[in-house]
Amino acid sequence: MRLNKVVQIAWKGLSKNKMRSLLTMLGVIIGVAAVIIMISISAGTEKTIEEQITGLGSNLIFISQNFSRGGFGPGGGGGSGQSGGLVFDDAQAIADQVDGISGVVVDQNSSQTIKYGTVSLDDVAILGTTPDFPTVRDMTIASGRYFSQAEVDRTQKVAVLGNSLAQELFEEQTPVGQVVTVGNTKLTIIGVFEEKGLVGNADYDMWLYTPISVVFQKFTPSMMARVMGDRVRMIYVKVDEQHNMEDVILQIELLLAKRHNVSLDEPDFSITTQQDIIKTREATTEAFRNLLAWVAAVSLIVGGIGIMNIMLVSVTERTREIGVRQAVGASPSDIRWQFLTEALLLSLVGGVIGVLAGVGGAWLFGMVGGMRTVIVPESILLAFSSAAAVGVFFGYYPANKAAQLDPIQALRHE
Amino acid sequence: MTNKHSIIQTIELCKIYGKGDAQVQALSGVNLTIEENEFVAIMGPSGSGKSTMMNILGCLDRPTSGKYTLAGEDVSSLDKTQLAIIRNQRIGFIFQSYNLLPQTSALDNVLLPMFYNRNNHRSESEYREIALAALHAVGLGDRVDHKPQELSGGQMQRVAIARALVNQPVLILADEPTGNLDSRSGAEIMQLLRQLHHQGSTIVMVTHDHEIATYAQRAIHFRDGMIETDHQNGQFTPLASKKDTQNAVE
Repeated sequence: MRLNKVVQIAWKGLSKNKMRSLLTMLGVIIGVAAVIIMISISAGTEKTIEEQITGLGSNLIFISQNFSRGGFGPGGGGGSGQSGGLVFDDAQAIADQVDGISGVVVDQNSSQTIKYGTVSLDDVAILGTTPDFPTVRDMTIASGRYFSQAEVDRTQKVAVLGNSLAQELFEEQTPVGQVVTVGNTKLTIIGVFEEKGLVGNADYDMWLYTPISVVFQKFTPSMMARVMGDRVRMIYVKVDEQHNMEDVILQIELLLAKRHNVSLDEPDFSITTQQDIIKTREATTEAFRNLLAWVAAVSLIVGGIGIMNIMLVSVTERTREIGVRQAVGASPSDIRWQFLTEALLLSLVGGVIGVLAGVGGAWLFGMVGGMRTVIVPESILLAFSSAAAVGVFFGYYPANKAAQLDPIQALRHE
Repeated sequence: MTNKHSIIQTIELCKIYGKGDAQVQALSGVNLTIEENEFVAIMGPSGSGKSTMMNILGCLDRPTSGKYTLAGEDVSSLDKTQLAIIRNQRIGFIFQSYNLLPQTSALDNVLLPMFYNRNNHRSESEYREIALAALHAVGLGDRVDHKPQELSGGQMQRVAIARALVNQPVLILADEPTGNLDSRSGAEIMQLLRQLHHQGSTIVMVTHDHEIATYAQRAIHFRDGMIETDHQNGQFTPLASKKDTQNAVE
C-alpha cells in the first residue's frame, strides 16, 4: 500500500470521530504547549539574568568580609587581633602588589537625604568608591567627569550622579557644577553617568557616587566609625585577562591572609568571582528547567496513554472492519501501519495544535503576564518530535493488537 | 503433480480445534478436487465442517494437517502475510452479511482490494476505472458514490461481488450469498453468479438453501467433517442419477 493511501485511510478513520479525536489529542496538545511555554519562560528568565551579569562588568572579583569569622557581631566590635575585616588599606595593597589587575575599587555605602533647591529626596543610596569604579563596573560618564585619586586622597567633596537621580534633582538644568546637600554635607556635582538600567535589584541610575574618603568622614555613623575605622563593604578587583583569574585570586588570598594574619583555611574574607555568580544562577535555572522537563514529560506520557486508550477502543470497535480488510488481502503489517499511522496522526496533529497554542501562550504570557518569554526554535522541534515519539510508542501496542487479530474471529465480531 | 486445470486440490485435509479433552475434529481427512470453471455448492448441517472447509479454502485459516493446493500453489503452510497475499490476489470473497466498510462509498469499497495488491502498480485513475467497470458490470454504474447504508441488500451484495472481482481472482468464495436477501434479490444475485460462471469464473458457494444450490453444477454435502456426497446437478451433468438430483433439489 502506498503511503499517501495509508495516511488518507487513517485520516478518514479519525475524522469519523472528530470530537473523540480532538479530546484524545488534548493531552498531547497540553503537553506540547507546556513544553514550549515553559521553555520560553525559562529562556526569557535566563536572558534577563545574562543581561544583568553582563551589566555587572566582566572579569570581576568580589572580595567581601567573611561574617562567619571576625567582623562585627552584635556583641562586640571587630574580630580577634588584626582580623577586623576589609579595610581601605587592603584595597591599596592589592592595587600595589597584585599582578594582572586593571582596577581595584572599594565601596562603602550609606543612605542619605539629598536636597537641591526645592527638591528633596529621602533614602538615596550613597556609594563611596575609588577612581577605577567606572572601568571596573563598565559605566560610562555622560557629561562631566569622574573623580580622581587626588580627590579621594584629599577627601574632596564632589559627587557623580546616576542618570535618573540627576533627572529627578535637576530636571532640565545642567547638573555639573551645581551643589547638592547630602545629609549635612554639601557636594559639588562633577559628572553624570549614562543610563545603566537595573542590574540585579540595584538601580545604579538612582545612586550618588562620591570619593570613599568622603563617605568615611561624613556619612558613616560616628559610633560605627570608631569601631570600624576605614572599613570597606566590598573590594572589587577587575582582572585584565580572563585566564589570569585564578592566578589573581591566589595572589589576593595570600596577600590578605598575610595582612590579616589568618590561615587560608579559615580566612576572614571571601572571594567570589562573576563565574561563581553565573554558576549559582545557572544551577537555579537548571533546576527550574529540570522541573519543567518533568512536567512536560508527565503530560506527554499522560497524553500518550490517552492515545493508547482510544486506539484500543478503536481497534475493538473496528474489529469487523479489520476482518474485512484482512479478507480482501490486508497483511498484518498493513493493519499495523494503518493503526500506527492513526496514532501518529493523532499525536502529530495534536503536536501542531500544541505548537500553535504554545507559541500563542508564550506570547500571551509575555504581553499580559508581564513575564519575559523567548521562543526557542529548538523547543518547537523538541516538543514536536516528543509528540511523534509518544504517538509511535503508545500507538504500537494497539496497532499490533489489531494486526494479530484472527480474520475469522474478526469477521464474526458484531 | 497437481493437475494444472485444478483450482482446488486438497489431500487428507484435517482441522482440529482446541486441545486435550476439549478437542474438536472439524475436518477429518477431506479429499476434494475442483476444476477450473466449476460452480460448486457446499452444503451440510451446522457443525458438519463446511464453514471450516470454507475458511481453509479461503486461506483465512490453515489446516492442522493435510495439503491444500490452490491454482497449483501449496498454501497449507504459508504464514499470515503470505496468506493475506493469496487472499488478495487469488480469492474473491462474497459474504452473507456483505461485509462492506460502513460510511465508505461503493467505489471506495470496490477499490479496497486493489490498494492491498502488491503486484498492482497502476495509477490511482486506472484503479478507479477498474472499480467503476466492475460496478457497471454488476449493474451499479449509477450508485458508485452511495454508501452502504444508502443501498438495498441486493445492491450491497452486488458491491461485494464487484469488490470480489477487481483483482481477477482464480476462485470466488461465496458464503451464504443470499442468506440476508429476499427471494427476488437472491435470485438476481444468483443470476449474477451464474453469469460469472459462464464467463469462466470458478465459484465455490456455501449454502443451506437447496433451491440456491441448484444454480451450481455440483453439490458437495458435508457431515461430521467429511464429504458425505459429491454429485453433479442434473442439468449440467446428464450422467448424474435422478436420485442425486432429487436430493439436491430437496
